[in-house]
Amino acid sequence: MHRDTGTPPLFALVDVNNFYVSCERAFNPRLAGVPVVVLSNNDGCAVSRSAEAKQLGVKMAAPWFQMQGLARQHGIVALSSNYALYGDMSNRVVSVLRDFTPDVEVYSIDESFLRVEHLQHLYRSRSALGQAIRQRIAQWTGLPVCAGFGTTKTLAKLANHLAKTDPAWDGVCDLSAMDDMARQGAMEKLGVNAVWGVGQRLAARLEPLGIRTVWDLANADPTRARQRFGVVLERTVHELQGISCLELDDLAAPRQQVMATRSFGTEVSSLAALREAVAWHVDSAATRLRAQGSVAGAVVVFIQGNRFRPASPQGNAGHAGTVVPLEQPSGDNRVLTTAAWAGLQRIYRAGCSYKKCGVMLVELSARQQHQTTLFCNTADHSKSEKVMAAMDAINRTWGRGTLRTAAAGLSQQAQWAMLSEHRSPRYTTRWDELPVAR
Amino acid sequence: MAKYGMPLLLPLAAHRVPAGFPSPATDYAEDGLDLNGYLVQHPAATFLFSVQGHSMQGAGILDGDKVVVDRSVPARHGHIVIAVVDGEFTLKRLYQRHNRLELHPDNPAFPPIRLTEGKQLEIWGVVVGVVRRYRV
Repeated sequence: MHRDTGTPPLFALVDVNNFYVSCERAFNPRLAGVPVVVLSNNDGCAVSRSAEAKQLGVKMAAPWFQMQGLARQHGIVALSSNYALYGDMSNRVVSVLRDFTPDVEVYSIDESFLRVEHLQHLYRSRSALGQAIRQRIAQWTGLPVCAGFGTTKTLAKLANHLAKTDPAWDGVCDLSAMDDMARQGAMEKLGVNAVWGVGQRLAARLEPLGIRTVWDLANADPTRARQRFGVVLERTVHELQGISCLELDDLAAPRQQVMATRSFGTEVSSLAALREAVAWHVDSAATRLRAQGSVAGAVVVFIQGNRFRPASPQGNAGHAGTVVPLEQPSGDNRVLTTAAWAGLQRIYRAGCSYKKCGVMLVELSARQQHQTTLFCNTADHSKSEKVMAAMDAINRTWGRGTLRTAAAGLSQQAQWAMLSEHRSPRYTTRWDELPVAR
Repeated sequence: MAKYGMPLLLPLAAHRVPAGFPSPATDYAEDGLDLNGYLVQHPAATFLFSVQGHSMQGAGILDGDKVVVDRSVPARHGHIVIAVVDGEFTLKRLYQRHNRLELHPDNPAFPPIRLTEGKQLEIWGVVVGVVRRYRV
């Protein structure tokens, strides 16, 4: 889709600083300057931290109950996640970016890649373009963003990392505009795990080879990188050297798996309650499965004990999971639920208490493509599709969970439903929760 | 995505089809009126606020009204704005003359807010519309 005009590619990565916290602050001026954390589903652990909270030593994914002392001492404000708000604000940011260029890849809820080589001549410099993006998003949505520019996606991501961590950049860093000395200096200062796709574990394996900094990796031999670590790292080395290997994924590829999981509000030990929760997750995952036009070939079900608590007399439940292959790929909640329950039966241990469960639909294929078996009843099959289509239509109109399989439970407040004690109002999506002005 | 019964909105040409001559009105089938389009110029920058109190009564904004706030509009003297004063959202008219920056209510019972030294004024957005529904 990119007109080949001979202009070398230029990528930008734009991401929102402390996204969830910044969304909360946009609608609650009292949170300015105060240490704020947003907690994960079920108020389990910190998933977004303000700069003040980071300074106090609150770590990413730190369990909230371990932070209570620190929170009281410093007045840390903890909020439950408000996904309705974050989703809406994320869409707004993306639509502002699309006003700059249609070449946008939404990489996650708070980051997007842009192709900008056809845009840069409109601005004094790339930094000026970056500042224009920053300014527009701040004005239109109230959210602070950083922008990184590079000739490859990996370099753009690295530039963004620099812009975010060093205030001297004023939120915009352009690696492609630095001279060689400056770029080398910046790369030598960063540990290799700052590179996109290089995690702690890979960094530990690179260390014995003398590859400690980003600069070391940029100077590694790509062929040897492939031989030892595979094609992904070879590509990363190329990209660090300025050879673009990764394009924008203009069209989001259908997901290869669909997952639904959540912690329980309180620990659960009865099989009946687990079955109810598993069925609810199947409903949720299957809805997304059908929305992308897929069917699943197998169902993975897993349950997990409390990892913050030592083993109970019955033994620690730990993590248990199993895969249940389906005779025929299916998108039918009833088929998938039956399979998930069969799996659950296998891994459940009476007397243990569980903190979390989930299902994953895997071996996905397009709905029309799958082969039927000799014993498949085609009439049953098209009837099943109609029932599911009707169910999805009703749930879209009346809200999720209006119509579901009875297996998913009928109680309004099932004991495993999500805890969200400190959730802020859904300011942008509910008439009765709008922000108030006096 | 539209596989599962998403409603498809089609413009309706509301006339009978006579055998013989086609109606000349067919070419003028319209989309109808959309209040979003009327009230919202920049969807990504537009937010709704709920109004509490009577300070902007004179401007025709009443307790319980919803106001349409467009953040993309630069605030100027005379605009009705959402401002942040002492950590709260307030709805007032922006007064920006003779080196003075003030927030004026539109109700004689309320005093204007004068920005004294050290007091921060943040304009959150500019009000571009008001919505009211009557219970019938």
